[in-house]
Amino acid sequence: MTFNRRSGLACALLAAAASALVSEPAFAQAKEQFFPVLVYRTGPYAPNGVPFANGYVDYLKLVNARDGGINGIRVSFEECETGYATDRGVECYERLKGKGPTGATAFHPLSTGITFAVTDKSFNDKIPIITGGYGRADSVDGTVFGWNFPLGGTYWDAADILVQHVGKKEGGLDKLKGKKIALVYHDSPYGKEPIALLQERAKMHGYDLQLLPVTHPGVEQKATWLQIRQNRPDYVFLWGWGVMNSTSIKEAIATGYPRDKMYGVWWSGAEPDVTPAGDGAKGYNALVFLAPAGQGQVHKDIVRHVYDKGQGAGKKEEIGDVLYNRGLTAAMMTVEAVKRAQVKYGKKPLTGEQVRWGLENLSIDEAAIKKLGFTGFMTPVSTSCVDHAGARTATIHTWDGKKWNLQKDVYVADQSIIKPMIRTSAEKYAQEKKLTKRDCAKESQ
Amino acid sequence: MTGTLKRHAPILTLGSLLVVGLFAPLALKLSAPGFWLEVLLGGLMAGVLYSLVALGFVLIFKASGVFNFAQGAMVLFAALAVARLSERMPLWAAILIAVAIMVVLAMLIERLVLRPLVNQEGVALLMATLGVTYFLDGFGQTVWGSDIYSIDLGIAREPVMILGEWIQGGILINRDDVAAAVVAVLLVGALALFFQKTATGRALRAVADDHQAAQSIGIPLNRIWVIVWSVAGVVAIVAGVIWGGKLGVQFSISQVALKALPVVILGGFTSIPGAILGGLIIGVGEKMAEVFLGPPLVKMFDLAGGGIENWFAYMLALLFLLVRPEGLFGERHIDRV
Amino acid sequence: MIYRENGQFKSTYRADLQMLPMLQDRVFMAAFVAFAFLAVPFFASNYLFLSLLIPFLILTLAAIGLNLLVGYCGQISIGHAAFMAVGAYAAYNLVLRVPWLNFLVVLVLAGFIAAAAGMLFGIPSLRIKGLYLAVATLAAQFFTDWLFARVKWFTDYAHSGSVSPAPVELFGWRVDTPVEKYLFLLGVLVVFTLLAKNLTRGHLGRAWMATRDMDVAAEVIGIRPIYAKLTAFGVSAFYCGVAGALWGFVHLGSWEPLAFNLTLSLNLLFMIIIGGMGSILGAYYGAAFIVVLPILLNQVPQWLGVPLSTATASHLEFMIFGALIVLFLILEPHGLARLWAIGKEKLRLWPFPH
Repeated sequence: MTFNRRSGLACALLAAAASALVSEPAFAQAKEQFFPVLVYRTGPYAPNGVPFANGYVDYLKLVNARDGGINGIRVSFEECETGYATDRGVECYERLKGKGPTGATAFHPLSTGITFAVTDKSFNDKIPIITGGYGRADSVDGTVFGWNFPLGGTYWDAADILVQHVGKKEGGLDKLKGKKIALVYHDSPYGKEPIALLQERAKMHGYDLQLLPVTHPGVEQKATWLQIRQNRPDYVFLWGWGVMNSTSIKEAIATGYPRDKMYGVWWSGAEPDVTPAGDGAKGYNALVFLAPAGQGQVHKDIVRHVYDKGQGAGKKEEIGDVLYNRGLTAAMMTVEAVKRAQVKYGKKPLTGEQVRWGLENLSIDEAAIKKLGFTGFMTPVSTSCVDHAGARTATIHTWDGKKWNLQKDVYVADQSIIKPMIRTSAEKYAQEKKLTKRDCAKESQ
Repeated sequence: MTGTLKRHAPILTLGSLLVVGLFAPLALKLSAPGFWLEVLLGGLMAGVLYSLVALGFVLIFKASGVFNFAQGAMVLFAALAVARLSERMPLWAAILIAVAIMVVLAMLIERLVLRPLVNQEGVALLMATLGVTYFLDGFGQTVWGSDIYSIDLGIAREPVMILGEWIQGGILINRDDVAAAVVAVLLVGALALFFQKTATGRALRAVADDHQAAQSIGIPLNRIWVIVWSVAGVVAIVAGVIWGGKLGVQFSISQVALKALPVVILGGFTSIPGAILGGLIIGVGEKMAEVFLGPPLVKMFDLAGGGIENWFAYMLALLFLLVRPEGLFGERHIDRV
Repeated sequence: MIYRENGQFKSTYRADLQMLPMLQDRVFMAAFVAFAFLAVPFFASNYLFLSLLIPFLILTLAAIGLNLLVGYCGQISIGHAAFMAVGAYAAYNLVLRVPWLNFLVVLVLAGFIAAAAGMLFGIPSLRIKGLYLAVATLAAQFFTDWLFARVKWFTDYAHSGSVSPAPVELFGWRVDTPVEKYLFLLGVLVVFTLLAKNLTRGHLGRAWMATRDMDVAAEVIGIRPIYAKLTAFGVSAFYCGVAGALWGFVHLGSWEPLAFNLTLSLNLLFMIIIGGMGSILGAYYGAAFIVVLPILLNQVPQWLGVPLSTATASHLEFMIFGALIVLFLILEPHGLARLWAIGKEKLRLWPFPH
């Protein structure tokens, strides 16, 4: 009796497992361009992952609904939950890279940790990894990192711009001498990435840099902020993600650190980060790149073609949030890259390698931005084989308790410091992995 | 309770002196005694939060011998329930409904998990509660969602400065921390009353002492276990509301509850005063280590930042254990062959 | 009737003491190993290798290690991913700083370094036991999490704290395609399994099992607890160290300190509980279960045609995982290995019920 129940259960499980191994889901052989969507809708990073994913997916649905696909080729996509965990991200990558008639178009890992892991695989699989505003700062160098695209800027650009802004506030970069800047960062590759540049700039301008890591998931920050209270830095740069952001702001309130002296990177400046702290978050500043908060023409299109038909991924009130807009721009750049590649390879489903050509020859100027309905929500991006970022500007917005107010000044990251750092780091990677650098001149023929 | 205190007085004083004394010289070398007091207070407040979670562990272990790894998940579940319900109704109503939900949860756990595993060894029960943890994590988020929710306790978050006249700059106190401490004291008082003065409390103590003897005099074990898990559930609600009010209610709360484990092993698995005291010692030790030991260590070894507090609590508990294997107030058990 | 084992008489002690005394077992095992080495590489897809088989092989190795400690020696440890981390970083540093060493030597050395760490963190087991020890082993987990994130020497001063070594190269053969990785790992696993099986059948294994069953009695009859417990910690950390090095080098390719976190430790523990504690075969079953289950849970809603949002699917995964663990503990506390043993028993008697 017991045997039947037990063995029955075991047999059922083993059979199910076996069938999982043998069968693979059949994909449609229709003319489709497959977009894998790595998301995290659960876990400590969900509050920030959900709006980004919604924005990305809504744009893909818009392309199908409003334009009928990319020049007639429909967009198909599948979400895969990574929970911001590197191993799950790798698993999602492996599962989705071969899906669709021509394989995956491009991956947006949404995590610097996952980026590091799949960068190595991208060389063999020949699929672009788009890490707009995150990922490896040295992956701007397309001769080494042939498949990584940090479109819009990297963390070295972000750190550089913050230092420039703070210098401007002080009345000149030379006035930074003797000032104290504290970096409260997420203890992961994401948070550690800007340190190199901040240390470089500290040497140049003479400010004192204090590094304060916060362990994942980032809810324990009392000791960190007590240390800040003791040291009284002039500025605090926040490099957090997920629940760490709102906790930092709450702890800043609790220890009495003025929020207007806090500057978050572009991933630490969205609504889910400031609303849990309530009114106390007023005056908090953060970087903005590509798209600020707000609604424009493309949002009206999304409401009309997607939400009014009940196809929206999230809530209608959340369209136009900072991270939603960022997801929109990420999807838009990928679609534009496919369009660009179709000019060379024809209007058919394209492989990752062909899409890479599109990504390397991406040129989204003001006219194109207007045509797409992104005026005010996109900066011009122009990539090449040696420059996989394509843009490196940012502005600052401040929270006033109800919404984000954009400041007027636009900053450009100083390439004279950053370029040599990129070169050294990329060379080191190429040496470690025994890679041969690409010859851009030869390839563009 | 005073008897236990008297018996363990030497260890208590030793322990507290050790922790405080370890860091006092560092503090005196620094020019800000006020800051040292702030860190001490911060540590005590953090300790109170840990104690609240540890109380749940101790209650369940005392009465049913099960180490409830799922206490953190219960705190999260309770906090989520209160947070989401309070979006639609006043806070007190949300808390009452949450209590009802936790009682139902307790009944389900007892029926589905504990009863079938009655005679299994400790490891199996620990694993079963781990399974319950995963289940509650997933279930809580399915029902209530994975966003960050806030519980509005109506306490202002801005800090208050006290003792401004004696110490330059004053000492920073957070009102919600003080409220948490007061609530914790009230809770422990209520629990003490419950255990000492009511019949159910006596029955619980009897079961904790010896299951078989209690059963033989007619105490219904299953019902007692439901009651114990419900009480632990209520403690989880209190912990969840306080943690949630402070940090926001989100999935990561269940992982912070892992910090309560060193508290339990420091204080002893079966002792409520141990949970409180252990919590305070761990809280203070942790914050002191992070703020005062961290920076010198960073300089000495060229480390990439501090973050010592994550393992310091465990190391502290481990060291205590090597001296006293049952924890501060735990019962000595004698192995017979 | 199908499975008649009687009539096989042994005439030497050596024959009697062999690992697989029954002819059927030997034939089956030989066939299975041949199948794994020769047939699987031909009809398994790359996805199968990368997502299922390679993690399965490495996690089995780690599960065998943990099983030696928990199942055979009875010391609970919920921080064993710490030793995997030690092994991985030790291997990385050896490859970086002593590049002329053969990778197999690197693996063994990394294992020894992990074993030393294991013995260090195993010292508390001499004084505390049971649940207290379990929580104390968490200290190892959090400490190594901190150590590898902070002490920059371990990650060769990388800004991001993340390391990426070159692919494994053995005697000039570069192990970078999925099939090659699979064969390499299979070879390592087979060798280590044999080692573990023989350890448990020998003097050391008996000392462990005596300590597990009644440690006070074992001490009374002359088994020194230091010897039994610390060697258990050491050997299990050795296995986990090698598994960690393989996980980092072969499976992930590039990793950060968070790759060896508490979730991995708990997964290892689940593997041996579901697979069966105190049984090498149990480690295999448990690892297979844990590797296949999340993928299965992801695919089943698709096959059933039920559209689930990824968030719900992910939460369901957690729920089903937790529920299955409790279910297994209730139905068969000795794990899948026991079910297999029962199955074999029934096969011996089939078609008779008893």
